[in-house]
Amino acid sequence: MKRGLRKLFAAAEEVLSRVFPPAWNPLLNLGALGFFFYWIVVISGIYVYIFFDTGILQAYRSVEYMTVDQWYAAGIMRSLHRYASDGMVVVMMLHMVREWALDRCRGARWFSWVTGVPVMVMIYVSGITGYWLVWDRLAFYVALVTSEWLDAAGIFGEPIARNFLSVEHLNDRFFTLMIFLHIAVPLVALIVLWVHLQRITRPRIHPPRGLAVGVLVSLLVLALVHPATSQGPADPGRVPADLGLDWFYLPLYPFYEKLPGPVTWSASLVLLFLFLSVPWLPPMRRRRPARVDLANCNGCARCFADCPYNAITMVMRSDGRPFAREPRVDPSLCVACGLCAGACPTAMPFRRRAELSPGIDLPDATIRALRERVHAAAARLVERPRVMVFGCEPGVDLTGLGGPAVAAVTVTCAGQLPPVFVDYVLSRDLADGVVITGCAPGSCLHRFGQAWTEARLARRRDPRLRRRVPDERVRTVWAGPLGRARLEAEIAAFRRALAALGETPPVAPAPVSRAVETADG
Amino acid sequence: MAEVLRWLGQGLVYALAAAGVGWFAQNPVWHNFPPDRARLVLALVHGGARVEACRRLSYEEIRRLPPSERRPSTCRRERRPVRVQLRLDGRILYDAWLPPTGLSGDGPSRVYAKFDVPAGAHCLLARLEDRGREDVFAWEREVTVMLPPRGRLGIDFKADKGGFLFHNLEARPGCPS
Repeated sequence: MKRGLRKLFAAAEEVLSRVFPPAWNPLLNLGALGFFFYWIVVISGIYVYIFFDTGILQAYRSVEYMTVDQWYAAGIMRSLHRYASDGMVVVMMLHMVREWALDRCRGARWFSWVTGVPVMVMIYVSGITGYWLVWDRLAFYVALVTSEWLDAAGIFGEPIARNFLSVEHLNDRFFTLMIFLHIAVPLVALIVLWVHLQRITRPRIHPPRGLAVGVLVSLLVLALVHPATSQGPADPGRVPADLGLDWFYLPLYPFYEKLPGPVTWSASLVLLFLFLSVPWLPPMRRRRPARVDLANCNGCARCFADCPYNAITMVMRSDGRPFAREPRVDPSLCVACGLCAGACPTAMPFRRRAELSPGIDLPDATIRALRERVHAAAARLVERPRVMVFGCEPGVDLTGLGGPAVAAVTVTCAGQLPPVFVDYVLSRDLADGVVITGCAPGSCLHRFGQAWTEARLARRRDPRLRRRVPDERVRTVWAGPLGRARLEAEIAAFRRALAALGETPPVAPAPVSRAVETADG
Repeated sequence: MAEVLRWLGQGLVYALAAAGVGWFAQNPVWHNFPPDRARLVLALVHGGARVEACRRLSYEEIRRLPPSERRPSTCRRERRPVRVQLRLDGRILYDAWLPPTGLSGDGPSRVYAKFDVPAGAHCLLARLEDRGREDVFAWEREVTVMLPPRGRLGIDFKADKGGFLFHNLEARPGCPS
């Protein structure tokens, strides 16, 4: 199921990438879109609150005034408030399912997942209390089903649902409580959202401007074409029936209404427990976290700068060597993506020493093993022009890609590949060209693998690709897991271009005398 | 041309997303209650009589109490369960002994129950016994109610307002024999 969902998301991203620029792809901005919807809800909510009358008998009239008499301002704001709230649920659920499908909730990422669950609950509570405030037929239904469900817990004194027995039983103070919850819960959710983002570096909480404008315009058009309306005043003398439910916020209400309280309570608690335990559910697939080798570390802090999960901190040097600092890996935060090893200037395949051990490395996918795999793959290349493909695990499945002219080596993430490996492959005549492939543009499983790789190859970010490496012999193909055909086509085209270039030009031997060497050419 | 198509594609994506949000925000309609039925809602909170009447303490009993707790009389906190019975057109709709609430059994008895019945005119008899007696009801009220389709009749009880109260819909005293 997870694999199927992964393919589905990849296919949807591929389709959307045909019409959206990579940075605007909505599926790659789900979290940021959630924040954007949140702010629309807040701003429109403040405006709507100006005209909202908090008396339980006046609430409906004030909402009708906004919708009918002031449709051009408060009415539009009301519609924006509702539809942005719905949009928030849509992107929140897509975000959650996508993160689950991509296994981005396991290991050190449990924290983001677990803190996301209460946010989800609070968003639902906010929406449900919002529907309550309109005090139309739907609000009455929501009030009845919610209070009957809460009463079924058996922990409240007087039945809450008794407050809705008749007009005489309605209580302004109860209504005030709902308003308080409707305002307070989203504020608490915002604080929890801040916690939710604590363990990742450079979180994107603002969508690209173009995408934001597109979303806002479409919401405005929707508000004008199909404004949010009420469903007639609440009437305790009538059973609220034939209701236009908001299926984004109230999909469970039919169950809560029809099934016995113990069943719905048990199901809700089991569901909540399952959500919270997802990071620890089998099958567990976890690599050991990155390990620092101080004997080969000069404290350059590139691993610290490139880590997408705040797993590395720079601390005082502890081994007496003449460097100010050393990296320290927090195993509880490390997802073993390998971006740190890719950033390490001592991940130097040219080193002749038997023990190739960079300053930081993944114990289960070492740079040394990577060099050995490169050699093994290159040994099978017999047909020129030869192409060495480095592909990330979540990207295109490279099984069966190899042949007499093409060799494939898998890395944990494109960002795990130190750019000096490209130089190594070409200067040692292991291949005539190098292709680096990985996740679709903007959807890097490890967040920055693609960006750092592009920046390193373009010599904009350390460790930079040596200048002696001809750019025309290096190609990146961000094809995504479904892009096998595209990758094969790109490789074929690349080989034709390499054939036109001729054989790999001879280069000067790389300096290898020092134990620690920079990757700059 | 390709750029124009891309913009059109984006517009289409936004339009589809907005249409989806707009549609599911109020559709499909949830048909949760049949049009030919009505609902009775019984929601009452009433404390049964104390298990034991208050009695005056003797001089010796008062003397044995700590000075700060001395009082002329004592009452046991526990209450008796309350029996509530609803009969619709002679048929028992609800009949239960409701235990007192609270850890010491000194709180009021409570009930919240719903009954979906055919719409139309009905004879409703509501009875309540709060002194623990079998087959005797201290409070009783019989009314004729006209339940419109999807009508919702609230049934409450307040001893200081004469017993059973019927809300939302008209309830005429007595039933045609």
